[in-house]
Amino acid sequence: MTDYFTVFGLPRKLTVDADALQRRFYELSREHHPDFHQGTDAARQAEALARSALVNRAYRALRDPLPRVEYLIALEEGREVREGASEKPKAPRELLQEMLEVQEALEEARAAGMTGEGADRVREERARLEARYAAEAEAIAGRAAEWDRLVDGGGDRKPLLEWFKQRLATRAYLRTVIDDLSDALGEREEDHVPHRRH
Amino acid sequence: MSRIVGIDLGTTNSLVAHVEGGIPRVIPDAEGRALLPSIVAWTPHGVVVGEAARRQLARNAARTVYSVKRLMGRGYEDVKDDLSRLPFEVTPHAEVVTIRIGDREVTPPEVSAHVLRALKRRAEAHFGEAVEQAVITVPAYFNDAQRQATKDAGRIAGLEVLRIVNEPTAASLAYGLQKMAEGIIAVYDLGGGTFDISILRVKDGVFEVLATNGNTHLGGDDFDQALVDWIAADIRARHGVDLRSDAEAMQEIRLGAEAAKCRLSFDERTVLSIPFERFTYHRDITRAEVEGLVEPLVATTLGPCRRALADAGLDAKAVDQVVLVGGATRTPLVRRRVEELFGRAPHSRLNPDEVVALGAAVQAQILAGGITDMLLLDVTPLSLGIETLGGIVSVLIPRNTTIPTLAKEYFTTSVDGQTTIDMHVLQGERELAKDNRSLARFDLAGVDPMPAGMPKIEVTFLIDANGILQVQAREQRTGKAASIEVRPTYGLSEDQVEQMVEDSFTHAEADVEARLLIETRTEADTVINHVERALRQAGRLASDDERASIETALAALRAARPGTDRDEIRERTIALNQATAPLADRMMEAAIKDAVTSKRADRLLEDR
Repeated sequence: MTDYFTVFGLPRKLTVDADALQRRFYELSREHHPDFHQGTDAARQAEALARSALVNRAYRALRDPLPRVEYLIALEEGREVREGASEKPKAPRELLQEMLEVQEALEEARAAGMTGEGADRVREERARLEARYAAEAEAIAGRAAEWDRLVDGGGDRKPLLEWFKQRLATRAYLRTVIDDLSDALGEREEDHVPHRRH
Repeated sequence: MSRIVGIDLGTTNSLVAHVEGGIPRVIPDAEGRALLPSIVAWTPHGVVVGEAARRQLARNAARTVYSVKRLMGRGYEDVKDDLSRLPFEVTPHAEVVTIRIGDREVTPPEVSAHVLRALKRRAEAHFGEAVEQAVITVPAYFNDAQRQATKDAGRIAGLEVLRIVNEPTAASLAYGLQKMAEGIIAVYDLGGGTFDISILRVKDGVFEVLATNGNTHLGGDDFDQALVDWIAADIRARHGVDLRSDAEAMQEIRLGAEAAKCRLSFDERTVLSIPFERFTYHRDITRAEVEGLVEPLVATTLGPCRRALADAGLDAKAVDQVVLVGGATRTPLVRRRVEELFGRAPHSRLNPDEVVALGAAVQAQILAGGITDMLLLDVTPLSLGIETLGGIVSVLIPRNTTIPTLAKEYFTTSVDGQTTIDMHVLQGERELAKDNRSLARFDLAGVDPMPAGMPKIEVTFLIDANGILQVQAREQRTGKAASIEVRPTYGLSEDQVEQMVEDSFTHAEADVEARLLIETRTEADTVINHVERALRQAGRLASDDERASIETALAALRAARPGTDRDEIRERTIALNQATAPLADRMMEAAIKDAVTSKRADRLLEDR
């Protein structure tokens, strides 16, 4: 299957000119969108549908920095990728101590019926985790240029790839903990699983 | 390619439009009305649609169906709260609800097909030729089953539905064609029964939907209902009569409430006056009172707006324009709340009742190849997933993904020798399968018997440009297509639709040509009658020459009328009209003189 970087004629790098990407996306859409192949035969229409679906998926994967890193990792590892996968990530070891504290705060708050000071402490913990969640994104984006230099210079990319993977895993784990805290506080909108766009 | 029309199939009103000379226009009926009330009544003289059906609402409540869009693609559980308010009888079935009309059962797509057929005829009368292809709009937040039901309705009405377009997106196309949209646009669409919010980026002719959200069970109908409940309670308090089980009286209240609501969009207060058999209900009502009743409903539209902004990754401040669509946005309270949320005054420069139909016509023109510089990139409103172990949903395609899109998933067997695999596809945002909308169960059959875990079946879930799911399966090892049996959870099977299409042909009068001929003859008869009456009543006003030429034209039309040449009948009708025109003018003058004289007489009487 055609990889998404190739769809846009891009090298496998993490620095992408967002405006240029969008322009190219619009151009490719004008070429392949089913709207412009309405009068053609069934085979042509099916092809336009498939091409258009590929362009849309490629744009979605490359548009934002973090999904771009996720896609790149999968590509480098030759894995099938799927957006929005909902397996629960495992707790990274470095977070163990913090998680124990969060757990403790949560249990105390539960014992007190999730009101007053206990609930406030859970909210504080959540705010701290949210800040950390945002910081992880910045940290990942911060090393994108380093990756691109390795691609150009031909150095060993493995260690950085591993580092990206760990950061993403940590981030995914933080997300589930934040959501669980919101659930416990009864502050999550029932019909709305948080938005997955990073 | 034949003509493609754009249709807005609304909860309360429907319209048909087309692009003419580069400008989208609504096609009016013979009386010049643009809106066709989405009401269908079964009368002893046959099925009537629109205004004629509206007149049956109070008289023939159990056989007059309105707001059927709320039932499209729905199961009984979804709609049972609505049913107590609807005067017609809805029977539960596993896959679709049906409406009982006397001794027959009709499905919501069949009811909608009557509305679509009326619009199709309106367009055919306008063009003088058959219309067989259409673009139909649906609420952006409609799920797969609701979209499919709309497509089925089109087919039953004899229309090939080339595209299902989201209503707010269609509205943006209408604005865009007139170069009235550029930048980040929020379309707030509150119709008769549904609410949508869509956030778009419009740039260089590309209309990219960034996010959409909504509620397919909220609209102006609910505003009316809140007022109806309040009036019924007030009548109970003041007259000691409980009308709630009286379907006809409730329809009178509904009509009165609807009219009062519309007046209060412009006036601060109005008088409610509803006649019943034994008494007339009469009272003043202010805009503030009604706003108090609908406030909670308006408030529920704000959550989806915030969620759409969040999904688009935008702040309310980033929005350049807020466009209002749908009749219910005329409510001043709606405008105020929208303005507060977005921090800018919304506008509805294009008629909010017509703009969706106009946009559908623009999309039709794009498909016909008549517009090549506009491109619409829409999204799927709901996440699509499959049920996994423990009843958890695994998301394959997240909501607000640009369509068309696809996802692949691999399935295998869990038992040795297993030859079928079943999967459950759902739509929605909740984590547990049971909390989401079941779309369909798919049975993959014909898997070669092998040890557990050996077969590898690749299943492709493709959402097309209509937002409708297509599923294909392939055995990875052999590459052969696996057979899939689809069991939609809600909706009609292919065979059922086929049967309905057939039935509609059997019941419909002959082909379009025949119908148009009948219409032309009817028009000729009308003119012949008028002329004959004019000659009898006012023949003295005509000169001998004039009289002779009228007689000649009349004889010519009479001779042509039984023939099958539509154009000839029409030409001779026009000729007769022209021959009679001077006489008609003189009759008009005489009538005005009469009127003026009799008015003077009136005044004399009054003065005395």
